[in-house]
Parts: sequence; structure tokens; C-alpha cells
Amino acid sequence: MSIKGKAYIAGAYEHPTRKAPDKSVAQLHAECAAGALADAGLTKDDVDGYVCAGDAPGMGPINMIDYMNLNKLRFMDSTDVGGSSYLLHVAHAAQAIAAGRANVVLITLAGRPRSEGQATGTAPRAGNPMVPDTQFEQQYATVTANGYGMCAARHMYEYGTTSEQLAWIKVAASHHAQYNPHAMLRDVVTVEDVINSPMVATPLHRLDCCVISDGGGALIVTSPEIAKSLKRPLVKVIGAGESPKGQMGGLVDLTYSGAVRSGAQAWAEAGVKPADIKYASIYDSFTITVLMQLEDLGFCAKGQGGKFVADGNLISGVGKLPFNTDGGGLCNNHPANRGGITKVIEAVRQLRGEAHPKVQVPNCDIALAHGTGGMLGTRHGSATLIMERE
Amino acid sequence: MARKMFPSVPSAENAAFWAACDAGTLMVPKCKSCGKSHWYPRALCPHCFSDQVELVASAGTGVIYSFSHMPRAPEPYTVAYVTVPEGVTILTNIVDCDPATLKIGQAVKLTWAKVEGGPQVWCYTPA
Repeated sequence: MSIKGKAYIAGAYEHPTRKAPDKSVAQLHAECAAGALADAGLTKDDVDGYVCAGDAPGMGPINMIDYMNLNKLRFMDSTDVGGSSYLLHVAHAAQAIAAGRANVVLITLAGRPRSEGQATGTAPRAGNPMVPDTQFEQQYATVTANGYGMCAARHMYEYGTTSEQLAWIKVAASHHAQYNPHAMLRDVVTVEDVINSPMVATPLHRLDCCVISDGGGALIVTSPEIAKSLKRPLVKVIGAGESPKGQMGGLVDLTYSGAVRSGAQAWAEAGVKPADIKYASIYDSFTITVLMQLEDLGFCAKGQGGKFVADGNLISGVGKLPFNTDGGGLCNNHPANRGGITKVIEAVRQLRGEAHPKVQVPNCDIALAHGTGGMLGTRHGSATLIMERE
Repeated sequence: MARKMFPSVPSAENAAFWAACDAGTLMVPKCKSCGKSHWYPRALCPHCFSDQVELVASAGTGVIYSFSHMPRAPEPYTVAYVTVPEGVTILTNIVDCDPATLKIGQAVKLTWAKVEGGPQVWCYTPA
């Protein structure tokens, strides 16, 4: 059964905080939930489905459900595929709605890695020995940054991609972030600024990496009937895909991501093609993440990502594919070290015509959001979502 | 190497593999049913799910598939994937080298790193 047209994103809210030492993680989840419900024009008692991922404190969704006292639920899910979870959650919510299992599904994300002083991407952490790969990998200190660094290094080797081309991704994000009053980094940067920033994990520089921020976000996914009864512009889910990718039993190939498969599913379901996309939210944990996903989603041929992103092609009003007009994870926000929900939120803003006027894409009728969760260099989840303004 | 590694906690599933490591031999699992090698080691072949997996000693050579050096770490180190002649690509560290000279495609050879509180682990160094 297709979910095309079976569900709408009726509420979206991004918490304005980027540093929240005086709030709890549970409180941030609830504040995001309240914000998204208010945005939709719904109340807590309308919610009959709840979805969260591993950033929610407790056993799956149970403790947050109890904290928020959601007592009319008949659908819950806590699939955790890292930062891509929330895109996949929208699809799962749409499936539940299409099957008659829910009418109003709340999705929340929140966390405080900045207040907790996590060196999120660079500090090795001991793994759980029960996880089967831990005993073979943790001794080598694979951290987020060098896992993505290995993908970038291989891409450069295979296709001649350059650090300057990767830098253009950060440059584009910074051009957008200057208009976002909540963005953590609002200064416009140049290719030279990126190249001259300290090397973190070769070949990735500090400005190739996303921010570490506190905060969160929430989404409300509803049935068509409920969405049409509300006063908000209609944002319809028309296609989705999800795919894992790992080391394939030792046949490691770092040149592509799970987006090859999740994207193909979403394009087929939506019945649209890359040229139809007016705005794209592309997961930007690192610049290389964006470049590989653009290729894997078919916005350009494999190996041509460097040329595609160069010279401002991702800048709204300048290039052919405006991306991450909120400033993305690279400049705006990467709450709980998971950028998936903000990817959907900015796509909803664009489809509603509610992005900042300086970055709003004219006549934005079809948008894509895509996430990669986990480690691109070892094993990750990939989720693609295509939405249409009705 | 200077960097303190987290010790591996060998699982009962891989006791023979880890015993070989401590004896100085890197074993690559190979399936007697489908004939394919795999990595990381498992009791069931991840290609065909057969439980007829045998351990084959690696030749001890390899080629760098990709790497990333961490110059700002308290003790800088280089994480890498190395493709070995047995047909799999293995996560490891490249040690005892000038990281600025490393290249993808470069030949490397097996060496061992002692780890406090755990078995010694495979690393590679330029051949």
C-alpha cells in the first residue's frame, strides 16, 4: 500500500534554543511537542500516536509518553536509526494513518550535547561489548569525524573531488544562516575560510563539520481529513523510502550511501524526479555527507557531486538546487547530534512559504528531505521523504 | 603506539579468533559452503548464513582502501580500511608512519598493538 497522499504534516516546530543548561531533555521534548501542536492548531488530547528515537530518555517511547501524559495513544514507535530516524518516523506515521491506526501522530527530538560538553564527533567512547562489531572496531578509535573523513578521502581518490568543492557546501549553508536569528553560526564564510580552518579528521576541516547544539524539534502528522480541518497550509507526504547500509560482510564500499535505495523508493512512490524538486533538505553532519547524498539521490551523476555543489549551486536565489535554507546542521542547529527533524521542519517552512523571505524559494511546491543516521563510514540508516504543497 | 586503546572484550563466539590474535596470527573467516570470506568475524556466514565457517590465516599484507588522520587528537592517530588478499576490507589503524605520506592504494603489512586489559590487536604499517 502506498502512503502517497494518505498523510499530511500539519505541525512543525523547531525549538529556538541552541544552549539549554537549565532545561532537562524531557522538558525540551515536551516544549517541542507543545510548539508543534500549537503550530498545527491541535491539543495534546488530539494525539493518538507518538514516535521518538534514542534521544528520548527512557524505554523506547514509554517514559516520554508518561511524562507528557499522552493517554489516548493507539500507535507508538521508537525506531532508532540515528539522525535519519525522524524522516523515517514521518513515513511510519503515514503508514499507521493510512492503515487506520492513528489520526494525529506526534514526533519529537531533543537533546543537550552542548550543555553536557560532549566532544561529539572526535572523542572516542568505549562501546557496548554486546554490540557485535564493538570488539573489532572500538580499539581503533573510529569516531564520527574520521568515519566520514574516510568517505571523503575515498571520494577524492575515486572522482577527483576537492576540498574546495566540499567547502562550497558550507559556504552555501552560511549564506542561508545569516538570515536565521536562531542559527548558531551566522557569519558568511568563504571557501578559503573552510580550507584554512583547522584539520579535524583528514581531509575534513573544522568548518566541514556540523555544529554541536542543544535543542530539538517536533512534527505533527495527521490524516487528510484532520489536516484539511486546520488553518495551516497543506503539506502532503507523497513518497518515502528507507534503507540501511553497512560493511556488507567485509565488501566495504565507501563511495555510496543508503540514499541509493531509500531515494529510489521515494522517487517511485511520489512519481516525481530530481528535476521536479524546488527545495531540498539534505543531511549535513559533514560537507561530504551532502555531496554523497546528492549523487545517490540522483541530483547529479556519481562522482559529479563536487562540480554540482561548486560556485553556489546550493544557494537559494543563486543556484539550481536551494538546500538547507535554515543554515542546516553546518550552521544553524544539530540538536541531540541528530539533524533529521530540522530537515523536515525547514522543508515544511519552504512548502508553506514561511521560510525567511531572503531564502524562500518562489513557488515551492515539491520538496525533498533526506537523512543519514549513524556512521557513513561503517553502518548507517538512510531515509528519504518527498512532500508536496496542496 | 602512544594512544591508549580501549581493550576488546572477546565474545565466546570468537574465542578462537582472539586466541589466534594473541598467538600473533590474524585469521580471516571463510565459509566452506559458499566459499566467501567475511569480516568482521561471525559464527554464521553473513553471505549465506551457513555455520560452516573456518578461520584462514591472513597473508599479513594489504592495501589502504581509505584512511583519516586525526592531527588534533591528544595522541594523533590514523584510522583506516585495509583490503587484504583474502578478499575483505578490515578496519584498523596505520601505525609507525608519517601520516602525511600515506596514500590510498599504498601497500601495507600487518603488525600488532598490545592493549592493556585485552588481547593484542591488528594494525598495519607501510610495507
